[in-house]
Formats: sequence, structure tokens, C-alpha cells
Amino acid sequence: MLKIDYKETSLHRVGEFGIESAIRVLGFSSIGFVLLIFYFLLREGLPIFYEVPLSNFFGTRWYPTFALFGTMPLVLGSALVTITAIIISVPLGVATAVFVGEVAPDWAREILKPMIEVLAGIPSVVLGFFGMNFVAPFIRETLGAPTGLTVFAGGLILAYMALPTIISVAEDALDTIPESYRDAGLAMGATRWQTIWRVVVPAARSGIIVAVMLGIGRAIGETMVVMMVTGNAARMPLGLDSLFRPARTMTATIAAEMGEVAQGGVHYHALFGIGIILFLITFIINLTAASSIFSKRRRGGLR
Amino acid sequence: MNRYLVEKIGFVLLFLTALAVVVPILFVIFIIIVKGSSAISWEFLTAMPSHGMKAGGIYPAIFGTLILTLGTALAAIPVGVGGAIYLAEYARDSWLTRAIRLAIVNLAGIPSVVYGLFGLGLFVLFLQFGTSILAGSLTLAIMTLPVIISTAEEALRAVPTEFRTIIASLGGTRWQGISRVVLPQALPGIITGIILGLLRAAGETAPILFTVAVFFLPHLPESPLDPTMALPYHLYVISTQVPGMPANIQYGTALVLLALVLSMNLVATIIRSYFRRRRQW
Repeated sequence: MLKIDYKETSLHRVGEFGIESAIRVLGFSSIGFVLLIFYFLLREGLPIFYEVPLSNFFGTRWYPTFALFGTMPLVLGSALVTITAIIISVPLGVATAVFVGEVAPDWAREILKPMIEVLAGIPSVVLGFFGMNFVAPFIRETLGAPTGLTVFAGGLILAYMALPTIISVAEDALDTIPESYRDAGLAMGATRWQTIWRVVVPAARSGIIVAVMLGIGRAIGETMVVMMVTGNAARMPLGLDSLFRPARTMTATIAAEMGEVAQGGVHYHALFGIGIILFLITFIINLTAASSIFSKRRRGGLR
Repeated sequence: MNRYLVEKIGFVLLFLTALAVVVPILFVIFIIIVKGSSAISWEFLTAMPSHGMKAGGIYPAIFGTLILTLGTALAAIPVGVGGAIYLAEYARDSWLTRAIRLAIVNLAGIPSVVYGLFGLGLFVLFLQFGTSILAGSLTLAIMTLPVIISTAEEALRAVPTEFRTIIASLGGTRWQGISRVVLPQALPGIITGIILGLLRAAGETAPILFTVAVFFLPHLPESPLDPTMALPYHLYVISTQVPGMPANIQYGTALVLLALVLSMNLVATIIRSYFRRRRQW
């Protein structure tokens, strides 16, 4: 960064010292908030790890009324819904990013980008409501399943919720690829199609991976849609037909049960314990995604 | 096969995937407008609910969401914009600055329901604000911070360095430069970011579940320490927990929430494109 020599008289120093220190404090506040969030999750959630045996907390049965707090069905439920969402949204998102960034004429881009922003703004509870009333009945009727409130219904809607993140991050990644890469591809006699998939997309690979990771983080953390659409049955989703059966995620469990538990009880601690697991999962995903962004920035090769 | 034919087919396929993204969005909005507009009336927007939510209006939920959004704005704007000024104008490239950026990325990725747990633990219980507008607004504000900080920082960084060197050459201090030149120039971008952050907060349900929202309140909240009804929570409850709820009231509530959020989105888009065109640099 360019170093600018500002005038620094003692008078100015006194007047501005207060403002500048306040700004400094605000600058560091984000670190404080992350630590504060983790601290309060630990404070309310750690007791579960000694109140019940670990084999219970990581067991396969979640029946709080019988003091069974096995989180495995919930973790697997979250994983299954997230994988479903990602399998749908990654091809759709990357293809759309390529279309918006590389192929679309200006007018199409002017329509697509605001539409994707609109999708990012639609409240999850509205999408959940739509899913209950349209997606789930549709799945029930086409598949003849007893209920449409299934992993697949939730995953499908979550896929659309993850799309804005995936599309915008992937498009940014494509945007950082220098024009000369494309020119070189075309000069070698490749078509635009070949240049896109054999030169531009591979060069933007790390950014696209970040896009997918942030999409995964978004899908794991989503609460309202999965609570309203996936049916909330806390059973181990192991069979091949699990995709078309109800499941329960970690987020939905917290949201559905926190209102009914006695504060400071074992069940209350267990829900915060799930919160700790969620926090750690998203923390690791974001840390990995962020560090690959930063390392690319430091290397600075592609910019 | 001819590779130019492959290219043609490929581009058509890409166009179709983009349609597959956009068409369902339009469909959701279309359905909610068509099915919800029959419920919208002056009474629906301004009256209290009656007959166990099955008649009357949703005024307290609308009011609650507006108040919560205002509270979120009051708490998040100074902290978010201050944080952005620090990152764009003061921070050097050090491990500490990288730690701040890492923290912001992580704040953006924490699930909304975990924010709800945090708000319950810190604001509702530890600080004893109770289930209140204060607790809910502060929870939503921290959730909104990463959006505001990153968009505001981007807006500040877009202001050319020359503006700052000129201030310095005229004998101005760093803060004078920021407050009188850089900040005003970046303001449209910052406001856009603030609106985008707030519209997310207005539509969120999970963070307010345990910090502020109640299903029914016979009167409007009277102080920041009162709980309140809110549109997203109201929609959740009437669509899942109340049997025999008339569908048009559900769709009407969804429409009001959607209209609120989309109009904020529109305002942000207009501000951004208007000032981008007017900008001289």
C-alpha cells in the first residue's frame, strides 16, 4: 500500500486520537465476536460432555425424553441433505457462473445477476413454505411416497439457496483469469467452448473449489427450510431409500426443541452441544476456504 | 462431430442451465403473488389478528419486523462501517489483519441457528435482557456485520488513492481525508451494503426464535425489553403449527414478507446503478 505522509501536529493528534482508537477497536471487534460466540456455546454446551457418557452423545438414538442424546442420526441427516443439495447445485451453479461470466451477452447478464441477487434475498422461511406446499406434494404424487417431506425435497430447495453463493464466488474466480489466457487458447485454434473448459475453468479451479465449499457451509447451516421440508424424523438414514424418506438435521433439532427445554437441563446442554459441533464444522470449512483465498492473494500470480 | 457444432450445443446447454436457475425463482415469486394477493387488504396490513390468527390482520408482525430491522441497523451500522474504515484505511498487511479477515469470513459462515443459541446464551440469559427486541436486534446485528463490513470495505477501497494524496498535500490529516472526502464518495456503496445486510436480517427466522419472537402478543411492544411478533416467525408458525389455517392468510403473510425484502433489494439496486452512472472517477 502507498504510504502517505499526513500532517501530524499535536493539536490534530489530540482531536483525532479518540476517533482513530475507536475505529481500531471496531476493526478488531469481529475477532471478539467470533471468540464470544464460541465462548458462549462452550459455556452452555460443554456440560453435556460430562453429564452423559460420550457413547450416549455420539450414539445412534436421539430420544431426549428417555435421556438418549445420540447425535449420529442428526449429523448423518445434515450430511445427507447437504450432499443432495451440493450434487444438484454444483453443476448448476458452475455452469451458470460460466454462462454469466464467459458466454452470456450483456443483456442476459443484466437480467441474470439481479435475479440471482433476488434469490439470495428470498427469506428461507418463504422458500420453506413454498417447499411444503409445492415441492413436497409434487414429490409425493410423482413417486407415490407416503410423504413428500423428504431428504430430497429439502436438498432440492437447499441447492437453490446455495446457488447465489456458488455462482457469485465462482464467477469472481473466472473473472480473475487474465484475458491473455483466453486469447492464447483462441490463438491456438481452440473454439471458445474448448478454451473455457480446458483453459479458463482449470485455471480458476481453486476459486471454484472455494465456491463449492462456501456452498456446503451454507447448506449445512440452513435451518428453516430443512425444518419445514425434510420431515424431521430422527432416524439413522442408512438405507438406499433414505433420500426419499424424512430425516432430521442438526440445525432443525436445535430450532425445534430449544423452545421446549428446561434452561440449564441436560437436554438444553445437548442442544448447545449440537451447536458446538455445527460451529466447528462451519469453522473448519470457512477456515479452509479462506486460507486458500489468502494464499492465492499472497502468491498474486493470477492477479 | 464438428467442434463448432459442439460449441453451439454447449452454449445452448449453458443457457438452459441458467434458465433452470432463474425460472424456479420467478415461479416461487409468481405463485406467492397470485395466491397471496387475495388476502392483502388495508385491514390485513393494519389490524391485529383475531380468532386465533385465522382472521384479522398481521400488523403486529409487520411492526415487529420493522422495529427489529431498525434495532439491527442502529447496532450494526456504526460497528460495521467503523470496522470497514479500519480495514480499508488503517490496517496494514499483518497477521492481525489476516486474523480479522478470517474472523469476518467465519462470522459470515456461522449458521443462523447458532447465532440464535449465542443470542440466547449471551443477551437473553447472561445479560438478562430476557426475550426482547434488544436481545433479538443485537443478535441479528452481529449476524449482519460481515455483509456490511465486506461491502463497505469494497466501496471505500474503490475510492481512488489520489483523493487521499491530495488531502495530504493540502495539509489535511488522515481522519479529515476519510470523513470529508473518502467516506462521502463511498457512501452509495456503503448504503447498498447496509441495505443488503438488513434485508437478510429482516427475513431471518432462526436467530429470533429464542431471542425475541413470540407467537401472539395482544398489544404492540412498548419498550426494547419487550418481546415482539415478527413476520418470518409468524409465517413459520401459521404454516406449521396451526391446524386449519386459511391458506390465503399464509400466502398473504408470505407475500408481505417477500414484498418487504424484495423492495429493499430494489432500493439497493437502484442506488447502486444510479451512483455508478453518476460517478466521475
